[in-house]
Amino acid sequence: MADQKASTSIEAVESGLAAQGYIASRQIATAVYLSQQIEKPILVEGPAGVGKTELAKAIAAWRGKKMIRLQCYEGLDEAKALYEWKYAKQLLYTQILKDKLGEVLGGAQTLHAALDQLHDFGDVFFSKEFVEPRPLLQALEQPGGCVLLIDEIDKSDAEFESLLLEILSDFQVTIPELGTVSAITPPTVILTSNSERDLGDALKRRCLHLHIGFPEQRLEERIVESRVPGISQTLRRQMVGFIHEIRSLDLKKLPSVSETIDWARVLVLLQATELDTDIVKDTLNVLLKYEADIEAATPQVTTFIAKAARSNVFG
Amino acid sequence: MRENLHRFFRAARGVGVHVSPAESIDAMRAVSQVGFSDRIILRDALLLTLAKSQDEKLALGDCFDLFFSQPEPRQEQPEGADQGSAQEADQASSSGAANDAGGSPQQELGPLAQMLLSQDRNAIAAALASAAGAASLSDIRYSTQRGIFSSRILDAMGLQRLRDELDQLTATNPALAERLRAALDALRELVRDTVSQGLALYAREEAENLRNEILRNAPLARIERRQVAEMRALIRQIARRLRERYSKPRKRQRRGHLDVRRTLRRNAAWGGVPFLTAWKRKHRDRPRIVALCDVSGSVAQVSDFFLLLIHSLHEVVDDVRSFAFSSHLVEVSEILESKSPEEAMAEIMSKVGFGSSDYGSSLVDFEKEFMSTLTPQTTVIVLGDARSNNLDPRADILRRISERSKRLVWLNPEGRLAWGFGDSEMPRYATFCSVVRQCATAQQLERAVSDIVATYQ
Repeated sequence: MADQKASTSIEAVESGLAAQGYIASRQIATAVYLSQQIEKPILVEGPAGVGKTELAKAIAAWRGKKMIRLQCYEGLDEAKALYEWKYAKQLLYTQILKDKLGEVLGGAQTLHAALDQLHDFGDVFFSKEFVEPRPLLQALEQPGGCVLLIDEIDKSDAEFESLLLEILSDFQVTIPELGTVSAITPPTVILTSNSERDLGDALKRRCLHLHIGFPEQRLEERIVESRVPGISQTLRRQMVGFIHEIRSLDLKKLPSVSETIDWARVLVLLQATELDTDIVKDTLNVLLKYEADIEAATPQVTTFIAKAARSNVFG
Repeated sequence: MRENLHRFFRAARGVGVHVSPAESIDAMRAVSQVGFSDRIILRDALLLTLAKSQDEKLALGDCFDLFFSQPEPRQEQPEGADQGSAQEADQASSSGAANDAGGSPQQELGPLAQMLLSQDRNAIAAALASAAGAASLSDIRYSTQRGIFSSRILDAMGLQRLRDELDQLTATNPALAERLRAALDALRELVRDTVSQGLALYAREEAENLRNEILRNAPLARIERRQVAEMRALIRQIARRLRERYSKPRKRQRRGHLDVRRTLRRNAAWGGVPFLTAWKRKHRDRPRIVALCDVSGSVAQVSDFFLLLIHSLHEVVDDVRSFAFSSHLVEVSEILESKSPEEAMAEIMSKVGFGSSDYGSSLVDFEKEFMSTLTPQTTVIVLGDARSNNLDPRADILRRISERSKRLVWLNPEGRLAWGFGDSEMPRYATFCSVVRQCATAQQLERAVSDIVATYQ
């Protein structure tokens, strides 16, 4: 019975994401379902432009939750990711409260007594009011939960990974002056990586590992259909078939889904009804981002169009 | 079913996927959510929780397919036996009827014999699985253990009793004994298949480790042709390990210039009085390597592997310039970057290989054309046996190379004892080298390159 529930729930995830314009493969839907059930973050790896970041956006839109995004880069530290003290406010308050402090401490006869009284105020200036929450802390403090996207984690330093471990496994952070802050509702955490460097085992162990590659032809057609509704069916088939042929070449940067969508938009704008050599050659720069790649692909264009058209007839 | 999952985790470790207890707990939790009924979802769930990279996903996917296809061959085998002896089956039904009438001696037979005679495939498969569990088949490590595991499984299924019964039946009921014997042969085959499968599942890593260990210590120069591909794979593995170890951002040295902006910001809480200081980060050095490789005769193979290793360290090394020589010297960096290892080596060999080596004139070539590639950050690595056929070794050029570079490392495939004997010029060259090491096996190669990279950390 539990099994039945699982497969219907996974389908529900698929259709929920589809309603937001994100066509998910079965693996992606399973990952999203599992991360919700066993409360684990998802680490998404894959080439640029296959919709890793989009996945987080789609989940947030589908569940109607706020999305908090932390873009990683080299040199990112806890002051920018987790929290920082509002130094200016602290300074301002001490200036304003100077007289007040004098009054309060005025009763004390000795320096020792004054110090004791001062201690009684506790750490007024290191309390919650003076904490500036950064994305990670913000995510924990959302009362209704949220989707936390930690984007391009591979661009950050190795030390930053260790900072994330506590939040990923227990959904809490420890601030030395305040104590431990636990999540009100555990956020859905999505980490993305372009595999620029290998991530640490400790980080990987805490996540579900999802690899998104280039989609199959059928799936990609559905993606184009949902993102560029104005495109005709024949053209859609042809262009997706053509892109699959292009991906078989040895190129510096293979066109990914985002390029497919851009190209579909361009073709619609140019009011093309079907692919021909001229229009492909004119718009090849939308697909390929390197001069060398364009040079390598240009002689093949006619063959690829023919192949795509042929598979169209049989498909 | 939990038992099955545990066996799957062991199989996963067997194919080199690192499954820690924490990961197995996660996988258990995931599986309890999705259940066993839909195999594709189960596969996805296990891949999501256990595998941590694309390579591991592929390996684990194969392992999953192999593991969960296990019951099938067990069922096919008796079928084959069935078709081979269709008439026997007919006999069986008739003799079974006769036996029923005649006081049924079958009932005196042990459970194994009954199972075999009834040809109940599911029961046989189940018994085999439990016997394999009792014989702890998942502990199998080497192919030589196949025999012992087979006999352990058969013993656990009750072979001894079956044998006794066979002896009796041969006297009383020859036809039945014949059938039982055929079924037993089929069973033996089945057990053998199961053990082979177990070996494929659980022992792959162990066997690979053993083979790699032998390969790592084999002299590179005298490696057999069929091992070359394996050695290349091993070298790639070594390269990956070195990359992982050294490409992590190094601990920054916080020395040098004061970073005024960051210091002021950090000390804002104290009204700008700089209690804590922030320093500008120091520039990180990455190795620049110039490699001079002897490609004559016996050294060629070692140079081949060395070049392969050095050129697969992109993440760790800033810049590599490679030169190959025997009687004269040419730059080969581009060939190595643009072609596959096999093609590149063939081309290098056709250009400079197979001559008698002349270190003197090769060094002259280098000084004339490429001396400008050396900077104070460069590590120069010379790989060769320093046997110059009694020609002028031109050690003075090596001295100038050493002065212009950060370090000069000499890797010699020959053992220390041979240095200086015959036409070996090693002692003269060694004077100008920062380090001289023997480098004859993959292991020594790894250590040498690791040390070179480590000096930059």
